[in-house]
Amino acid sequence: MSGRGVSISFGGMKAVDGVDFDLREGEILGLIGPNGAGKTTLFNIISGFLQASGGEIIFGGGKISGLKPDKICRAGIARTFQSARNFPGFTVRDNVLMGALFGKPGKTRAQAERTADSTLEFTGLDKYAGMYVSDIPLSAQKRLEVARALATEPRVLMLDEVMAGLNPAEVEDAMALVREIRGRGVSVIMIEHVMKAIMSICDRIIALHHGRLIADGAPSEITENKQVAEIYLGEA
Amino acid sequence: MAFIKRVLPGTARGRLHLGALICVAAFLAVFPGVSRPYTTIFTASILMYIILSLSWTFFSGKTGYISLATAAFYGIGMYIEAILGRYIPLPAAMLVAAAAGFLIAAGIGAITLRLRGVYFTIFTFGLVLLLQNLVLWIEIRFFHTKGRIVTSGDFTFVYYCILAVFVILLIAAVIMRRSRFGLALECIGQNEDSAAHIGVDTTRTKILAFAVSAAPVSAVGAAMATRVGYIDPNIAFNLLMSFMPVLMAIFGGTHSLYGPVFGALVLTLLEEKLIRGYQEYYMIIFGAVMIIAVSFMPKGAAGIAESVFLKLRRRLRPRSHPRNDGGARDE
Ligand SMILES: Nc1ncnc2c1ncn2[C@@H]1O[C@H](COP(=O)(O)OP(=O)(O)OP(=O)(O)O)[C@@H](O)[C@H]1O
Ligand SMILES: [Mg+2]
Repeated sequence: MSGRGVSISFGGMKAVDGVDFDLREGEILGLIGPNGAGKTTLFNIISGFLQASGGEIIFGGGKISGLKPDKICRAGIARTFQSARNFPGFTVRDNVLMGALFGKPGKTRAQAERTADSTLEFTGLDKYAGMYVSDIPLSAQKRLEVARALATEPRVLMLDEVMAGLNPAEVEDAMALVREIRGRGVSVIMIEHVMKAIMSICDRIIALHHGRLIADGAPSEITENKQVAEIYLGEA
Repeated sequence: MAFIKRVLPGTARGRLHLGALICVAAFLAVFPGVSRPYTTIFTASILMYIILSLSWTFFSGKTGYISLATAAFYGIGMYIEAILGRYIPLPAAMLVAAAAGFLIAAGIGAITLRLRGVYFTIFTFGLVLLLQNLVLWIEIRFFHTKGRIVTSGDFTFVYYCILAVFVILLIAAVIMRRSRFGLALECIGQNEDSAAHIGVDTTRTKILAFAVSAAPVSAVGAAMATRVGYIDPNIAFNLLMSFMPVLMAIFGGTHSLYGPVFGALVLTLLEEKLIRGYQEYYMIIFGAVMIIAVSFMPKGAAGIAESVFLKLRRRLRPRSHPRNDGGARDE
């Protein structure tokens, strides 16, 4: 998946400004930047939630920008939301089942059920299967957000701050999960503020600031990047 | 066989509900034989309101898009019977009406359901007024009349026609509940953005659901027209028919099939009693009941019944967690 010159503005403010990026097959790509840098907005454009005012996104040999979210999901790009948006009236299992049922065209009911169960097991949510979202801990709710996206069997998974608010042990678990997801051949692009996590699991990192791409490189290069250091030190 | 298995409720409780339903349907089927004509007619209008509020709940209760178009589809049904009633039997006219309601709702949905929130509601409200005036204009301009006489039908037969719509509606609702379409609609109601992002074609699902919900409304509109004898645009496109189903569904509760049924039953009885005994206070009392219902019963009467039931069950079986059993949704 790659983006060329992706731009959007909200009432004159350029939230994403001519961003070029590439997500390679089987890669874990980190997306960092201070609050309000435009990271979530970039995700929103990729997933079809917002329409870019300029540029295009290419996936699997074709242009996907301009498609609606359901088409983009069915094309193989799934996402999570920064603030979890689960289905409160469904059990945990049904939440995941919905992803399996609608995310991939041409699946039978029985196949979807199997996908749901294996995804629950894979994400360690099987013990909560019959419970409702409001009754499970925050870390599990974040995981459910991932599981629902994963159940659509994507080739690209976009994770928006799935580690925010987790304790160190839970962050470790989440890191392991992301590695396992990649191990299944899914390319991952993740927004994260937890630097330790992002530095240790990402193959490559890109940084946004005021909607512009300011760095692109291996984690070691990013830590040495002056501009990134300035922004993060300036922030802190 | 597999289909029947999937459609039949899996839990003992689910089967109990189904059994109760069959008993009620059987009772309603023999009802005209054992009751006075007036009671049969009155029961038909209760059924009519139940159908309207179930249809409303099917779309608006599930998705949260509040529609005030019921009167429009009802009126379309009435006019179709007024025009066709002389040439074809009532069931055929009802089928035509259902098809017309479906198609018109699909067209309106295609225009408006891309919009969110209050715009949709206002549009549906405007639609009723638009049709009312449009039909009036057509009638005067081309037919030089304001109203039409409708061929009246045998009331027992009309009753059975309405009962048939009710039974079909219930069966469809039960089948749809766990179908792909029903689940897609449920997802949209719970979180439309999430639904879209897991591959639900939200626009298409909403349009189809809106169209499906209009069909039974137009069908009963056609049936009820034969009871009225005479219609004009003000009678056919009466905004009260848009508001009543909403009030009934909210009063009864939109989270289960029982809610709208109960709401329609109680409020139709209330309306009847008030109109007969307290004509001048009718709207005041009715309004007060609604305000109380909306303020103090967020999940409607069915919600209250459910929480009482859960409390009782918790007392009887203190260790079971009511939200924790996987079959809870088969109710
Ligand atoms: N739909 C919208 N309408 C108007 N402005 C928006 C919209 N979405 C985002 N913005 C603005 O665009 C800017 C970028 O927001 P975005 O959510 O992409 O930041 P972010 O990098 O994800 O930040 P954070 O780390 O806090 O999540 C912010 O100034 C935000 O207020
Ligand atoms: Mg963000």
